[in-house]
Amino acid sequence: MATGYYPGCSLEGTAAEFDMSIRALAEALQLPLTEIEDWNCCGASAAHQTNHLLGLALPARTIALAAAQGMEEIVAPCAACSNRLIAAQAEWLDNSGLRGDIEHAIGMPLPAGRLPIRNCIEFLLPHIEKITAALRKPLTGKKVACYYGCLLVRPPKVVAFDDPENPVTMEKVAAATGAEAVDWGFRTECCGAAFAMSSTASVVRLCGRILDNARSEGAHMVIVACPLCHANLDMRQPKGMAMPIVYLSQLVGLAVGVAPKALGLGKHITPVAPALA
Amino acid sequence: MARIGVFVCWCGENIGRTVDCPKVAAEAAEFPGVVHSVDYKYMCSDPGQGLVKEAIREKKLTGVVVAACSPRMHESTFRRACAEAGLNPFLCEMANIREHCSWVHEDRGEATAKAVQLVRVMVEKVKRNEALFPIKVPVTKRALVIGGGIAGIQAALDIANGGKKVVLVEKEPSIGGHMAQLSETFPTLDCSQCILTPRMVEAATHPNITLHTYAEVESVSGFIGNFDVKIRLKARSVDIKKCTGCGLCAQKCPQKKIPSEFDEGLGMRTAIYTPFAQAVPNKPVIDRAHCTKFLNGKCGICQKICPVGAVDYTQEDTFIEEKVGAIVVATGYRLYDFRNGEKDYGIEGYGEYGYGQYKDVIDGLQFERLASASGPTGGEILRPSDGKPPEKVVFIKCVGSRDCAKGLSYCSKICCMYIAKHAMLYKHKVHHGTAYVFYMDIRAGGKSYDEFVRRAIEEDGAVYIRGRVSRIYKRGGKLVVVGADTLLGGTGGGRVEIEADLVVLATAMRPQYGIEALAQKLSISYDEYGFLSEAHPKLRPVETNTAGIFLAGACQGAKDIPEAVGQASGAAAKVLGLFSGDELEREPIVAHVNQSQCVGCFYCEQVCPYHAIEREEKRDKAGNLIARVAKVNAGLCQGCGACVATCRSNSIDLDGFSAEQVFSQIGGLK
Amino acid sequence: MSAQRKDSPEKTFAEQMAAETGIDVRKCYQCGKCTAGCPMVPEMDYTPSQIMRLVQIGDREAALRSATIWYCASCLTCSTRCPQEVKIAEFMDALRERSLKAKKVNPRARKIIAFVKSFLGGIRRAGRVHEISMVMEYKTRARDLFSDVLLAPVMFVKGKLKLLGKPVKDRQAVARIFERTAGAK
Ligand SMILES: Cc1cc2nc3c(=O)[nH]c(=O)nc-3n(C[C@H](O)[C@H](O)[C@H](O)COP(=O)(O)OP(=O)(O)OC[C@H]3O[C@@H](n4cnc5c(N)ncnc54)[C@H](O)[C@@H]3O)c2cc1C
Repeated sequence: MATGYYPGCSLEGTAAEFDMSIRALAEALQLPLTEIEDWNCCGASAAHQTNHLLGLALPARTIALAAAQGMEEIVAPCAACSNRLIAAQAEWLDNSGLRGDIEHAIGMPLPAGRLPIRNCIEFLLPHIEKITAALRKPLTGKKVACYYGCLLVRPPKVVAFDDPENPVTMEKVAAATGAEAVDWGFRTECCGAAFAMSSTASVVRLCGRILDNARSEGAHMVIVACPLCHANLDMRQPKGMAMPIVYLSQLVGLAVGVAPKALGLGKHITPVAPALA
Repeated sequence: MARIGVFVCWCGENIGRTVDCPKVAAEAAEFPGVVHSVDYKYMCSDPGQGLVKEAIREKKLTGVVVAACSPRMHESTFRRACAEAGLNPFLCEMANIREHCSWVHEDRGEATAKAVQLVRVMVEKVKRNEALFPIKVPVTKRALVIGGGIAGIQAALDIANGGKKVVLVEKEPSIGGHMAQLSETFPTLDCSQCILTPRMVEAATHPNITLHTYAEVESVSGFIGNFDVKIRLKARSVDIKKCTGCGLCAQKCPQKKIPSEFDEGLGMRTAIYTPFAQAVPNKPVIDRAHCTKFLNGKCGICQKICPVGAVDYTQEDTFIEEKVGAIVVATGYRLYDFRNGEKDYGIEGYGEYGYGQYKDVIDGLQFERLASASGPTGGEILRPSDGKPPEKVVFIKCVGSRDCAKGLSYCSKICCMYIAKHAMLYKHKVHHGTAYVFYMDIRAGGKSYDEFVRRAIEEDGAVYIRGRVSRIYKRGGKLVVVGADTLLGGTGGGRVEIEADLVVLATAMRPQYGIEALAQKLSISYDEYGFLSEAHPKLRPVETNTAGIFLAGACQGAKDIPEAVGQASGAAAKVLGLFSGDELEREPIVAHVNQSQCVGCFYCEQVCPYHAIEREEKRDKAGNLIARVAKVNAGLCQGCGACVATCRSNSIDLDGFSAEQVFSQIGGLK
Repeated sequence: MSAQRKDSPEKTFAEQMAAETGIDVRKCYQCGKCTAGCPMVPEMDYTPSQIMRLVQIGDREAALRSATIWYCASCLTCSTRCPQEVKIAEFMDALRERSLKAKKVNPRARKIIAFVKSFLGGIRRAGRVHEISMVMEYKTRARDLFSDVLLAPVMFVKGKLKLLGKPVKDRQAVARIFERTAGAK
C-alpha cells in the first residue's frame, strides 16, 4: 500500500527537525513513505478564516494529487495540515454540493471516497510493538508531558481521533519508549497558534500557562506532534523556564537508536539534548 | 329515519369570535336527517345542557351532535346529559370547532365554512352510530406497587389505609429509595431519615401490605381489574424468617472493602450486608458477586457465626404469583453517569470535568452522603481524596441536564433546590469555607422555594456565579475550575478561575436502568429518555395509557419529594376509586372480529400492543376443527384500532368507529 | 414579537447566517461555556458569548466590527464544549469573511490581517509558504520591523530558516485556485 507523505510548509522550514525525524524514523521502522509530488500548502487557518472555499480547495488539490499518484493514504505529521486535510475532505463528503465547486477550482477530480489521513500519532500508533522490539535506548526515568494542543483532537466529530478531553494515544506511543507520561492539565489547551507574530503577547501568555503546569506536574520535557505548537512553546518560553520541547518522532527515534543528528536534536531554540541524555 | 339534533356552542368568545355560530346552526338545519339545530353561548352550562335534553325529549332525537370544544373536554358532560334524557350516550358526538377551528384560524368566513364541514361530517357519523353499553369487568381489590422509594411507600400506605390489600415489590434489600440517602431536605431542612424511616416501618408492618424486598416483577399479564403478576424473589442467602437482624454476620465478614451503593462508593460495606443501619427489613443479604464463599468456596464464617442458623448458601431465586386489580409503578430515578456517559443511550460523559478521574469531583448524592449523619464521615464534610474539610467548594448545575451535546436536553428541575441546600449545609458545617455555585438559571418555582435559595445567598453567603464551567483540571492538590461570569462583560469577559478543594456536580436525573424492559412487560409507554409516559400531560398525570396502571414519583419525570408524594397519593386515590365497586365499567370502544370472514392470519395478534387478541377454534357439529380465528378480549382491548388497520381480510371493526362510520365522515366532506 | 417576525419577509441576521452557514446561533442560551474556555478572551472586546448575543439581537454592525472575530485562534474549544452544539469557532470564520467583504474590519486587527494576507500571498505566488519571505512581507505590511530581531539569527544558525523556498511546479494551478475561489488579495 503506497503511503503518501505530506510534509507541509513548516516542515520544510522552521520545523525541519520534525521532517528529519519522521523520515529517519520511518526508515528505521521500515515504514516506506513517498512524498506527494508537487503538494501545496494547506492554507492553514489563514485560508479557512477568511475564505471558506479557498480553505477547502487548497487541501483538496493535495488530496487529489495523492489519489492521482496512486496513494491510498496520506501521512501528514503537521497537526494543522492533517486537520485541514481531514476537515476539508469531511466537508465535501458530507455536502456533495461543494464537490463541483472545489473540482472546478483545482481543475482536477476529487477521489470518490475517503482517503485516510494520518497525523503523526496515528502514523506511529499501529507500530507500538515494532517500536518496543526496536528499543535501543529506552528513555526510562524521563518524565514527559504529552501535549496535543487543539488541532489533533478537535473538532472531535470531524477528526474522529482519540478523546477530545482526555486523549491517551500520544501517551501510549511515548510509553513505548520507556518514558513516563505525567498527568497534567493543559494537554489540549491552545498555545496561541498562528498569533506568534500578530499577537505575540497572547502566545507568550498561553505558552507560559502550559509550560508552568507541565513543570509543576513534574515533567522534564514536553512532547508535541505539531510544528506550530513546537515553534510557540520552544521560542516563546517565559524567562528561566528552559523546558525542552521534543517532537514525538524525535523521542521515538532516539529510543530506537536513530542518531541524534539525524533527528535534528540540535535545532531547537531551547536545548533538548541534556534532558534526553 | 334519523332524527339528529345539532347544538352549536359559542364557548363565550372562544368560538363565537371567529366562527359565525348562528350561521353554522342555520346551515346545519338544512342537512339531511337534521330535525333540530340551535346555537347558544355556553352549551356546557346548565341551561345549555337543558336545551339538549329538552330537544331529545320533544323532538324524539335519535342522535346528537354538539359542535363545541374537544371531546376530551366535554364529551362526557354531553353524553351524561343525553343519558339523562333517555338517549344512549354513544349516540352523542362532539364536533370540535374550537381547538380544530376557531383557535387555529383567523379568517371568520373560512373558519365558519370549516365549522359547517366539521358539523356535517359528524352528522353523517352519528346517523350510523349504534347504541353501545359499557363493558363490565370484575375487579380484584388488591394492588401491586413496584418500587419502595418514598413514592411507592406513600402509594402503598394510602391504598392500605383505604382498606385495600397491597403487594409492595422493591428490588433492593431495603425500601426507602433515594430519600433514605438524603441528609436534610429542602425547603425546610428537616432530616430526611427522621421523616422517612417511620413511614418505612409503617409500610413494613401494615396489616394490609405484603412487602417483598430484593424482588422484581418477572412478568405481567391480564388487564385492568385482573392482572396476573409473577414476582421473582431473589436469593438473599439468608432465611428472613429466622434472622433476627443482630448484625453479627456483617461484623465478622472478612470482605470489608466493597464500595457501598448506599454511600455512593464513599464508604465500604461487607459481602453480607444490610444497605444501611435503618434498613427495612433490617435483615441482610449476601452479595454473591463479592462473597468469598461463592467465589471460591472458602470462608463460610457468617454461617458458622449466625446464632439462629439463618444463613443459607443454597437458597435459590423463587417465584410467587399474585393476582391484582391495579398496579402503581414507582421505580424512581438514578443519576446520569458523568464519569462514563451512557453508551447504550448515546449519552456522553464529561471529559472536560475529568470523566470522574478526580476523586474530589463528586455528584449530588455523594454530597448528601458526606453531609448525612448516617454517612461515611458521620456528617462531617470531608473531601474524599485526603479526608480534609474543603475550604472552597464549587457546585456546578446542569451537568448532563440542558446539554444537547451530551444527549439530554431537559431540565432536571430539582437541582437548583438541592444545590442551594448543599451550599447551606456546607456553610453550616464549615463556617469559614466558601461555597460557589455556577448556574445558568435559578429555577425555584415551588412554595417557599425561591425564599430558600435567597437565604442560601443572602444569609449563608453562597457565591452564585452565572455561567457554565468550561473545564476542571488539577494543579497541585487543587482542582482549578474554569468558568465564566456572564453578568460581567468587557475585556477579560468575566472569566473566573477558582481553586477548589471539592467540586459537586448537579448531574441529571435519569429513569432507572431497566425501565424499558419493565415498561414493555407492563405495556406502558416511555419517552425518548425512558421516563414513563402519563396518559395526558395535564388532565391524566397519574394514569398511563394502559387502564389500571398508574405512575408515582420520579419514574415519570424529575420530581422532588413533595411532588413525588403528591403524585403517589393521586395514584392511590385512582386505585381506591377503581376498587370502590365490585365491577368496573369500561368504555365499550373495543374491536370486534367478524369471525366468519377472518382468515386466521393473526397479523392483528402481532400488532396489538395490549395482547388483546386471542385465538379461538371453530368446530363443526361433529367436533372437527374447521378454523382458527381471532377474537378480541374486550377486557384488554383499548380501542386503538391497530388491528383494524392491519386486518388483511377486513374482518375487524371498532365499535363506535366502524369503517362505515369513518367512510361516511369522509364522504360528508364537501 | 414572533408574529411581527412572521409578517416581515426580511430574515433576521441570525436567520440569514443560519441559512448561509448552517450554524444557528438562536440555539445559544448564553451559558458562557465558550467564554469560560476561550484562551483569547483577554484580547477580545466582546466575549464569544456576547458575539453570539449580538447576532441574536441582530446587531450585525457590532459583530462585524468587533476585534473578537479576529482574535479567535480557531482552537475549537468552544465548539467542542458547547452544550447546544453551536459551531462557534466556525461561525467566527463566517463573520470574518463577511467583515472583510463589508470592509468593517476592526482597526485592532491590522497586524492579524497583515499576517493573513502575507501568508496567503505567499501561497498564491509559490503554492507553499516560504517562511522568510512571508515574515518579511508581514513585517512590511504590519509596519512591525523590529519584533523578534534577536530570534532570527539564532534560528538561522540552527538551520530553521532557509533562504530559498521550494515552490510548487504547477504555480498556475495554485493561482487558478485563488482566482476561482475569489480569494483574498
Ligand atoms: C442530590 C439530591 C438531593 C435531593 N434532595 C432533595 C430534598 O432535599 N428535598 C426533596 O424534596 N427532594 C430531594 N431530592 C429528590 C428526591 O430524591 C426524589 O424526589 C425522591 O427520592 C423520589 O422518590 P421516588 O420514590 O419517586 O424514587 P426513588 O427514591 O428513586 O425510589 C425508587 C425505588 O424503586 C426501586 N426500584 C427501581 N426499579 C425497580 C424495579 N424494577 N423493581 C422494583 N423496585 C425498583 C428503587 O430501588 C427505589 O427503592 C434530591 C435528589 C438528589 C439527587
